[in-house]
Amino acid sequence: MVTSITSFGRSGLYDWMMQRVTAVILACYTVFMIGYLAFGAELTYDMWTELFQCTAMRIFTLLTLLSFAAHVWIGMWSVSTDYIKPTGMRFVFQSATGLLTFIYVAWGIQILWGI
Amino acid sequence: MLVSVYRYNPETDDAPYMQDIHIDIPGGKDIMVLDLLQLLKDKDPSMAYRRSCREGVCGSDGMNMNGVNGLACITPLSAVVKDDKLVLRPLPGLPVIRDLVVDMGQFYKAYEKIKPFLINDTPPPAIERLQSPEDRAELDGLYECILCACCSTACPSFWWNPDKFIGPSGLLQAYRFLADSRDTATRERLADLDDPFSVFRCHGIMNCVAVCPKGLNPTKAIGKIRNMLLSQAT
Repeated sequence: MVTSITSFGRSGLYDWMMQRVTAVILACYTVFMIGYLAFGAELTYDMWTELFQCTAMRIFTLLTLLSFAAHVWIGMWSVSTDYIKPTGMRFVFQSATGLLTFIYVAWGIQILWGI
Repeated sequence: MLVSVYRYNPETDDAPYMQDIHIDIPGGKDIMVLDLLQLLKDKDPSMAYRRSCREGVCGSDGMNMNGVNGLACITPLSAVVKDDKLVLRPLPGLPVIRDLVVDMGQFYKAYEKIKPFLINDTPPPAIERLQSPEDRAELDGLYECILCACCSTACPSFWWNPDKFIGPSGLLQAYRFLADSRDTATRERLADLDDPFSVFRCHGIMNCVAVCPKGLNPTKAIGKIRNMLLSQAT
């Protein structure tokens, strides 16, 4: 058993499952967006605002945003533990990834509820 | 034909280099790569490689032939030579001891980690622990592994983390004991594997399946370990 303190959920099985569950959510959101943009009526500012003022859409977007954050962490953690061998450098990379992800989540929430 | 061989003798060379050797195959026969190596060794006795059974059973002569891992003794030239040229390198990712001989220490350590022996805490019967033909059949495609390391050294996840990721060969063996009806340590074995590295560094690229000289499928075994971990989790 390899111990690791920086992985998403400490357990390989948990990370593996989260990676897949979040991937499904991201895929659903992508398919919805493509469908909305490609097959909906011609996009206007009012329609776009109305879409994101809807609570269900906000919940769906927030869910996607949080899934994105978890997905990014698991993926980038994997990449960093493969390719960055010096512990210090890896820590800096992981911290930067974590910080950037957090900024995106916070910023995304601000945008979503600022509409 | 032209053979380009990886050469490195740490006692005399500062760095490894590729040695180009032109050689005529006697009678133009489709000989095995191991026979070719013997011809090269007749020319230059300083060349080092491992070999033993010369029939794909011992797993000693695993090497990289024109970019693909395999056993030299059961790989005919016709299967690997391209444009009359053959590049021979040691198995990738393991430290080179000399020429085509690699240090298998890391590979064996991974094997050791999965406890490659039957664990059964019930009192031993008078003669032997019996198994039904169906239970025995579960081990087919698992027990045949000869530990040649062709699969693990073709796996990028093993290259980057040979100390943490068990590798396809070790995981195939791990499943061999998880699937054994006579083994009672399933829970402990699974607990030892449930970290982000041991099993889950496998991303299913199936290089292991592509190179296995015995035609085994470590990716499938790894999938079954994942399913066992999933089914015992709540």
